[in-house]
Amino acid sequence: MSSTTLSMTPDHATHDHASHDASSTTKLGFWVYVMSDCLIFAVLFATFGVLAGNTANGPAGHDIFSLPYVATETMLLLLSSFTFGAGMLSARSGRRAPVLGWLIVTLLLGATFVGMEIHEFAALIHDGTGPDVSAFLSAYFTLVGTHGLHVSLGILWLGVMLHQIYHYGLDEVVMRRLSCLSLFWHFLDLVWICVFTFVYLREFV
Amino acid sequence: MFGKLSLDAIPFNEPIIMGTLLVVSILAAALLGAITYFRQWGYLWREWLTSVDHKRIGTMYIILALVMLLRGFSDAIMMRAQQAIAASGNAGYLPPHHYDQIFTAHGVIMIFFVATPLILGLMNVVVPLQIGARDVAFPFLNQLSFWLSVVGAVLVMLSMFVGDFAATGWVAYPPLSELGYSPTVGVDYYIWSLQVSGLGTLLTGINLLVTILRMRAPGMNLMKMPVFTWTALITNVLIIAVFPVLTATLALLTADRYLGMHFFTNEAGGNAMMYINLIWVWGHPEVYILILPCFGAFSEIIATFSGKPLFGYKSMVYATASIGILSFFVWLHHFFTMGSGANVNAFFGIMTSIISIPTGVKLFNWLFTMFRGRVRYHQSTLWTIGFMCTFAIGGMTGVLLAVPGADFVLHNSLFLVAHFHNVIIGGVVFGSLAAISFWFPKVFGFTLHEGWGKASFWCWLIGFYLAFMPLYILGFDGMTRRMNHYDNPDWHPWLVVAFVGAVVIFMGILSTLIMFFVSVRQRHENRDLTGDPWNARSLEWATSSPAPFYNFAVIPTITSLEQHWENKVTGHAYEKPDHYEPIHMPRNTGDGFIIAAFSLGLSFALVWHIWALALVSLAAILVTFVARTYNRNTDYYVPASEVARIENERFARLATITQVVPPSLRQHEAA
Amino acid sequence: MSTSLSHHATAHAHADAEAHGDMKSYFIGFVLSLALTAASFGTVMSPIVPHAWRLGSIVALCVAQLLVQLSYFLHLGTAKSQAQNTAIFVCTGFLIAVVVAGSLWVMHNADVNMMPDSMSVQAALHHV
Repeated sequence: MSSTTLSMTPDHATHDHASHDASSTTKLGFWVYVMSDCLIFAVLFATFGVLAGNTANGPAGHDIFSLPYVATETMLLLLSSFTFGAGMLSARSGRRAPVLGWLIVTLLLGATFVGMEIHEFAALIHDGTGPDVSAFLSAYFTLVGTHGLHVSLGILWLGVMLHQIYHYGLDEVVMRRLSCLSLFWHFLDLVWICVFTFVYLREFV
Repeated sequence: MFGKLSLDAIPFNEPIIMGTLLVVSILAAALLGAITYFRQWGYLWREWLTSVDHKRIGTMYIILALVMLLRGFSDAIMMRAQQAIAASGNAGYLPPHHYDQIFTAHGVIMIFFVATPLILGLMNVVVPLQIGARDVAFPFLNQLSFWLSVVGAVLVMLSMFVGDFAATGWVAYPPLSELGYSPTVGVDYYIWSLQVSGLGTLLTGINLLVTILRMRAPGMNLMKMPVFTWTALITNVLIIAVFPVLTATLALLTADRYLGMHFFTNEAGGNAMMYINLIWVWGHPEVYILILPCFGAFSEIIATFSGKPLFGYKSMVYATASIGILSFFVWLHHFFTMGSGANVNAFFGIMTSIISIPTGVKLFNWLFTMFRGRVRYHQSTLWTIGFMCTFAIGGMTGVLLAVPGADFVLHNSLFLVAHFHNVIIGGVVFGSLAAISFWFPKVFGFTLHEGWGKASFWCWLIGFYLAFMPLYILGFDGMTRRMNHYDNPDWHPWLVVAFVGAVVIFMGILSTLIMFFVSVRQRHENRDLTGDPWNARSLEWATSSPAPFYNFAVIPTITSLEQHWENKVTGHAYEKPDHYEPIHMPRNTGDGFIIAAFSLGLSFALVWHIWALALVSLAAILVTFVARTYNRNTDYYVPASEVARIENERFARLATITQVVPPSLRQHEAA
Repeated sequence: MSTSLSHHATAHAHADAEAHGDMKSYFIGFVLSLALTAASFGTVMSPIVPHAWRLGSIVALCVAQLLVQLSYFLHLGTAKSQAQNTAIFVCTGFLIAVVVAGSLWVMHNADVNMMPDSMSVQAALHHV
């Protein structure tokens, strides 16, 4: 992200080498951060697993979930992973316009996903099945909501990156940050695969 | 407008707290006044608050820890005094609600704001120097981490005067920590101070892991890494693995308290046992996070002061790694009595006992390092020997507690309290104080006063045994922990002895403070001109004391596990390079400090439900962070001429010493 | 590792191709993910798969899709440039397994043992 990284050996003191080392070090650091984020989700999944049966006279998952709706959300996120990948390929070949295009599409897909999730949550709360009803619903809202919060942060980051690509072009620093954001975005899709499997589909087996 | 905050939040009617507030205010005013009078604000801001230098940040971590040690110890001696008084009908001087906050604050402060900053500070100072790096991988992030830790500490201190602190015990088990049973802001202060400082710890873990993986000097493969760096590596892996678990667990408790959810409540299907399970998934590796770098420090110290290479370096590395892995399979021993059944308890009991094997390996390695060595009894050596004796006892009581059947008898008794103080004081406190006296000259350029250091050691050692051996006996006698008062007259004499022990420990803390004071006054006599005051072995002693801000003018190429010793033996130490090159360094920045300041606003607002302030602070954090990503001027090159100037001064200093290579080594060479 | 920093320009280009993939690999990954997602939802939403097999099927499909995306989108693999990231990921996976499986095991056993009303003394004694 924004941290400065130091070159390590004197023969790397020329600027190109220094910044290449910086990029690979930053990407490693960001990957480790993503792994630590995985553990946050692991805790939320474990908690969901323990509490999923505790519906406390409230509705169970299969009473309130709509699989076609979830399938649509899944498509949006999967498509956005692909468009981000396409954007990264354009970025590596140094063409600014297609990068902006692909990333704007990605941002819109992500925003639609978050919009659908907010709509789903709002409808549930409106129907009297909010997170305060049962341990199951607490765990559901928290797990899915945490994922949604991550996607929202990804969208914010994507917005900043769009401006930086416009402002700075595809230079070393922008490329390094795009690579990190790309890791983050694909990681969110991975988490979502677990969400739709263990939270939504499992309710209907 | 102000949420739940009003003037009633300040406990005017509590004389102890108001007296403390008065003293703290006077001290703070004196400190701020002195800085203003001596016109040091600019210096403080330029050289410390905005510094990204790992040595400065590490030093500030240790200063934070020492300041918080005074607070944590005040809590401790208040509890010891209360229990020494409140026998057989006497209520003592601390009302129960206040007493409960004190034992909670004592635990939280000692673990999160004393032990953790000590370890993070030591790793910060030592690791880049030991691996021949110029700084950590992400210097700005390092600064941010440190200031986030400070914010956590400030919140805990603030809770004493504005509102109250959690009265739940240091791990805040629900349902007691739920809104229904803890309706005040105490638990909220607890949550946000741990969340903010925990984020800082996680970021440091990532930072140091990447530093160790990516920034070692050429030739330093993993098995040529000094053993302290090895322990730091494993510790940082543990931090990255378990601090997210703490963050998530506390977030779930927060959801219960702020959003009316039911994770750990008694109602609506909540399960408080899940919190206990999760908090110890973090909690047990956390104690290894604290102890492993101390093991590393003891290893460096004992090898240096025995004048021999560390015995069994490889077994030390493998033992450290096995402790790291095993630490993930033992968490349930903190709640054997929860009732998961015999199979579960047996598994975790056996895994816990197994950990004593790699730990025993380490103990024997240290003993064999001393065996037939020429041991010098420096204060660090004393701490190390004191540690070996004390920690062995703590380890054995730990293995005893690992037996589920025995644990059912001793769970939550003072036996347990004695056990974990035995390993944490004997291990982490002794280790950190040993490490501070060992590496102090590398940061400040002069050695610490030996007499006061040794006085501190003897006070701590004797004080520890006086204060905690009675607690083992009381545990066997059935006294449970966290008692405000009691009716059993048999316990009273032991608790008086424990109080005396606490007073002796206080003399130890005082000796340490006097040691710093005297050493600073005598700094001209104690100057370390060689950069290697102990005739030591690893790379950090190859550069000058204090180490220059760039650490090494020329990054060394590593050919040996004990590179500096090797150079001394072969006569290549202190060779002047034929030329210098420009050095790439990070620029100082105030951004980490500013973001942390806003996060203090955010946490305070969240504690008191001041939503407008919370939103503004959150926005300010995001804006500052994003604004920083538009700053392209975050690094610079130190010109070769400047490097040459600094290094030439060093070689001029070295030339004033008649013999750079210590006599013992010259004999070695002659042989 | 520090040695990997000093590789030559040709090695760079080679590693880059491995590390970043191309349009073809993204497309393959996308199509495979699409198919696996459809299969997951189909398993549950259509009557074809018997109920007893459904949980196993969706878990298997989930793992398969995770592997597809890790390999085609995140480019994890055994190539030299990716080996470190892959190793870190495998360690994380191990930790996640320990935390999740351990918690479920501990909590399940607590549930079983702490509900004496639903268990006879004999059953409790024989419970493993």
